[in-house]
Amino acid sequence: MNGYNFAYLDEQTKRMIRRAILKAVAIPGHQVPFGAREMPLPYGWGTGGIQVTAAVIGPDDVLKVIDQGADDTTNAVSIRRFFARTAGVATTTSTKAATLIQTRHRIPETALREDQIIVYQVPIPEPLYRLEPSRAEARKMHALSEYGLMQVKLYEDVARYGQIAISYDYPVMVNDRYLTSPSPIPAFDNPKMHRMPALQLFGAGREKRIYAVPPYTEVRSLDFDDHPFRPIRAPHACGLCGATDSYLDEVVTNDRGGRLFVCSDTDHCAGRQGTAT
Amino acid sequence: MAYVAVKGGERAIDNAHAWLAEARRGEPATVELGLDQIAGQLGRAVDRVMAEGSLYDPELAALAIKQAQGDLIEAAFLLRAFRTTLPRFAATEPIDTASMRIRRRISAIYKDLPGGQVLGPTTDYTHRLLDFGLAAPGEKPPPAPQAEATTETMPRMADILGHEGLIEREQSEAGGPPSDLTREPLSFPAARDIRLQTLARGDEGFLLALGYATQRGYGNTHPFAGEIRMGEVTLEIVPPELGFAIEIGEITVTECQMVNQFAGSKTVPAQFTRGYGLAFGFSERKAMAMALVDRAMRAEELGEEAGAPAQDVEFVLSHCDNVEATGFVEHLKLPHYVDFQSELENLRRLRAETASTLQAEAAE
Repeated sequence: MNGYNFAYLDEQTKRMIRRAILKAVAIPGHQVPFGAREMPLPYGWGTGGIQVTAAVIGPDDVLKVIDQGADDTTNAVSIRRFFARTAGVATTTSTKAATLIQTRHRIPETALREDQIIVYQVPIPEPLYRLEPSRAEARKMHALSEYGLMQVKLYEDVARYGQIAISYDYPVMVNDRYLTSPSPIPAFDNPKMHRMPALQLFGAGREKRIYAVPPYTEVRSLDFDDHPFRPIRAPHACGLCGATDSYLDEVVTNDRGGRLFVCSDTDHCAGRQGTAT
Repeated sequence: MAYVAVKGGERAIDNAHAWLAEARRGEPATVELGLDQIAGQLGRAVDRVMAEGSLYDPELAALAIKQAQGDLIEAAFLLRAFRTTLPRFAATEPIDTASMRIRRRISAIYKDLPGGQVLGPTTDYTHRLLDFGLAAPGEKPPPAPQAEATTETMPRMADILGHEGLIEREQSEAGGPPSDLTREPLSFPAARDIRLQTLARGDEGFLLALGYATQRGYGNTHPFAGEIRMGEVTLEIVPPELGFAIEIGEITVTECQMVNQFAGSKTVPAQFTRGYGLAFGFSERKAMAMALVDRAMRAEELGEEAGAPAQDVEFVLSHCDNVEATGFVEHLKLPHYVDFQSELENLRRLRAETASTLQAEAAE
C-alpha cells in the first residue's frame, strides 16, 4: 500500500515487537510489556494480535484470520483485508493451508503443525485481574508464583456450585511456572494448547503485553484431583456436518425455542461437508 | 438461512462504509464543511482533539473532526492512529511558559500581580443565553478594542511565591531525558513525567469528574487557582549537528498552576504544594482538572492519607485514556457468541445439577 511499510508497521516498531516476542518465547507464559502503537483499528478489535502478526508476517506467508472460529465474521474479514492490503500476502480460510493464523476466541479444530504460528488476540492478559485489579500487585504475585488466590477462587466455585464454574478464559499454568490467560477461548479449547506443535503468540494491544507458549510446552488447566478440568461443549451433533466432537454455536431459529447447533469452526465444518473452498 | 445472516461478510462491510460516507456528507444541498471553517470556528473542539490525540496539528485535527462527524473521541483516535506512524526526529527543549506570548492570564490568589490580570477571549462572564442572532448567517462582530502590547514581563505565579520559599520547589526528576509514553508502555510505579504525559492526553471528562470529586472530599487537596495562562510558546530543538537551539515553530498551550495547602512534616516546614496542568490549545477546563488530579496523585509522596480514586495513580492513569477506554467498552459489540455459548452450557449444567439435587431431597 502506498505510503506505508510492508504490513503497516515501520521496521523499528517491528524490531521492538520482535524483541518482546523473543523474550516471551524464552519465558513461556510470562507477560512482556511492549510499546504497543495505536493501530488504525480500535483497541478491543485485536490491535495486539494485529501488531504481533505484522511483526512476524513475511511476503511468503499464507494468512488465515478467524473470529469466533469463523473466517467470515465481520471482524475477521476486516483484519484479513487489512493484511491483504498492507502486506499483499496470500490469505486463506483453510487451516491446513495457512502458515500464520490470527484468532479471536477460538483454536481451530484441525490440529496445528510445527510450521505454523497461531496469534491470539487478547483483551486482558492478566489472569488474576478479577481477584487483584492492580497490575503492579499482580506482577509481584507472578514473580513469587503466588497463585493461592486463584486456587481459592476455584475452591469457592466447588463449594458453591459443586464444580469449577469457569467456562471461558479458563486459567492455565504454562511450563509449570506462570499462571496465564489463554485469552477468552472456551475452556473446550484449552487442551489444544497443551504440547501444541505450533508456536502460540499472544498480543494484547491496549494492555501493551505480549506472551507466548513455545511449541510442545506443557499447558495445564488449573483444577483439583477430585474436581478435574472438564471442557464444556453443547451436547449435540453439528446440524450441518454431524460432528459430535467439535465446538458448537447455538443458532436461534425462531422465537419458540427452535435451536440449530452448528460448528463454530467454519473451515472444519465445510471440510466435513465436502464443500471446502 | 439464519446461520448465514449472522455471519457478516465482505459485502455487509462495504455497504456499511458506503452508508457512513453518505451520512457523513449529510444533505447534499447544504454547503459542505471546509477544514478552515472547522479550525477557525470550532477551535475549542480542534484543541481538545489535538490534546487527546496528542498531536499538535490544527489542520489534521479539523480533518479528523470532519471525518468523525464531530465525534471528538473518534477524531482523537484518528489523529492518534496517524501520529503513531510518524517518525520521531527530535525532542524539543522544555517550553518556557514564562516567556509565553500571553492571550489570557489570570490568578485567583492575588488581586493584582506583575503583568496584571488579562481576561482574554473568555466565556467566563458571558450570560449563557442562546444568541438567536447567530442562527442567521452574516454575523460580523465589530472588531475587539486593541491596546499596545505590554512590554512588562509576566512572571509565573510559582516564581513569585517561590521567592519567599512559601511554595515547594519544582522537583526535577533524577537526570536523563523524560520517558516517552508513546514509545514505552505505562508501568507502575509511574514517575511524575509519565503521569503528566498521561494526564495531558487523558480524557477531559474523566479528569474533570475526578478533579471535581477531590473538591467534594474524595481526596481533597485544598486548591487555589494560582495561575492560568494561555498563549503561544516557542518550540526549540537542538540538532546534534548544530549543537545550539533553533526555533521550529510555536504552539498554543494552556497552563494551570494550582496552589495547594500542605501541613508540612517533621522535617519540612508547612508550605504550599502544587498541582500542574498543561494542555494543547485553549483548554482551560482540561488544564485545571489535570492540575487537581496531578496534585491528588501526589498524596502518597507527601505522606497524606490516600484512598480516594483520584489519589490512586494506577487507577487514574490506566483509565484516563479515552481512545483505549472507548475501544474496550465498544468492543463488547463484537461477536462473543463462542464464550456466551460456553456460559450457556455452564449455566444449563449448574441448573440441571441443582434441579436433580432438589428432586433427590424431595424424594427423601
